[in-house]
Amino acid sequence: MTHGTQALDQMRPPYPTEPGAGVYTNKLGMWVFLASDVMFFTALIGSYIVLRFGAPGEWARPGAVLNVPLTGLNTFLLICSSVSMVKAYAAIADGKKYFLRKVPGKRMQDGGLKFWLLVTIICGAGFVGVQLVEYIKLVGHGFTPAGFREGSLLAEHAAADPIKYGLTAAGLYGSSFFTMTGFHGFHVTCGVISMLYLYFTKVLPEKYSAQDYRGIEVIGLYWHFVDLVWIILFTIVYLI
Amino acid sequence: MTTPTTTHVRPNYMRIWLYLFVMTVAEVTLAFELPVGRNTKLILLLILAIWKALLVALFFMHLKFERWRLRLIFIVPLPLAIILVTTVIMEKVF
Repeated sequence: MTHGTQALDQMRPPYPTEPGAGVYTNKLGMWVFLASDVMFFTALIGSYIVLRFGAPGEWARPGAVLNVPLTGLNTFLLICSSVSMVKAYAAIADGKKYFLRKVPGKRMQDGGLKFWLLVTIICGAGFVGVQLVEYIKLVGHGFTPAGFREGSLLAEHAAADPIKYGLTAAGLYGSSFFTMTGFHGFHVTCGVISMLYLYFTKVLPEKYSAQDYRGIEVIGLYWHFVDLVWIILFTIVYLI
Repeated sequence: MTTPTTTHVRPNYMRIWLYLFVMTVAEVTLAFELPVGRNTKLILLLILAIWKALLVALFFMHLKFERWRLRLIFIVPLPLAIILVTTVIMEKVF
C-alpha cells in the first residue's frame, strides 16, 4: 500500500461529490438549469433569425436605430464583471475573505472575496442601469416594441430613408429587440439580486471559507453564462 | 492511499479578459469601419462571437477543467439547439 498526499487541484473545490456526475448537487443543479436556459435563448435567437430573414422588407442597418458605442461599452462592463466574478472565486478558494489587504513588497493592495464580489455587483447593476437608459432613450426617440411611433423623430428619419431604418419591418425589429434584450436584462437583474443576497447573508458574515465556497461557484456559473449569452446577443442584434 | 489525480493550475484570468476586450473592439471595428463584404463580415463576426463565448465557457466557467460527464450536460443541448433553429428556418423556407 502506498501512502501519499493528494496534489492540490486549484480547479476542483474540496467537497464531497455525488456519484455519477462527479460534482456536488448544487453545481449539478445549476448546470442542468443552464442547459435548459441554452434552449430558452436558442428559441429566442431562432425566432429572431426566422423573423429577420422572413421579414417583408429590409431590417434596419446596424447602428441606424440602436446606440452601438453605448452598448459596446456596456458589453465591456459585463465582461469586466465576469472577470471580477472569477477573481472572487479564486480569492475565496485561496481563503481570502477580506476586502483589501496590503501585501508586503507590492504597491497595489490585494483584493479578497468581499472586494471582487462587490465589484461584480456594481458592474452588473451598471449594466442594467445603462440598458434602462438605452430603453428610455430609444422609446423617447420613438422606437417601441411595436415599431416606430407615429410623429416621432425616428419615424421622420425612417420616412426619409426607409431602407436604412428598415421601415417596413420596424414592428418585427422592435418586438424581437425588446424581447431578446429584455429577457437577458431580466437574467442580469436576477443575478445581481442573488449576489446582493449572498453578499449580505454569507460574504460579509464570512460564512465562506477555502473549504466551502459552493455558493460563490454556483452563482459564478450563472453569471458567466449570462455574460456568454450577451456576447452572442450583442453580435446578432447590434452588429449584424 | 490516494488515487492519482490530474492537477490543474488556475488560468491567467486577466489575460483572458484582455483577449475578450481586444475581440470586442475588433468586432465593433469590423462591423462599422472596415470595408468588407456583407457575407464575409457576417461570418467573421459570428466566428469572433463564438470564440469569445468559448473563452468564457472554457476558462471562466472552468469547463476546460471539468470531467467529460459534466461537459456533456452543457454540450448536449447545443446540437438540439441547432436542430431547433434549422427546423424553424426550414418551415419558413418551405
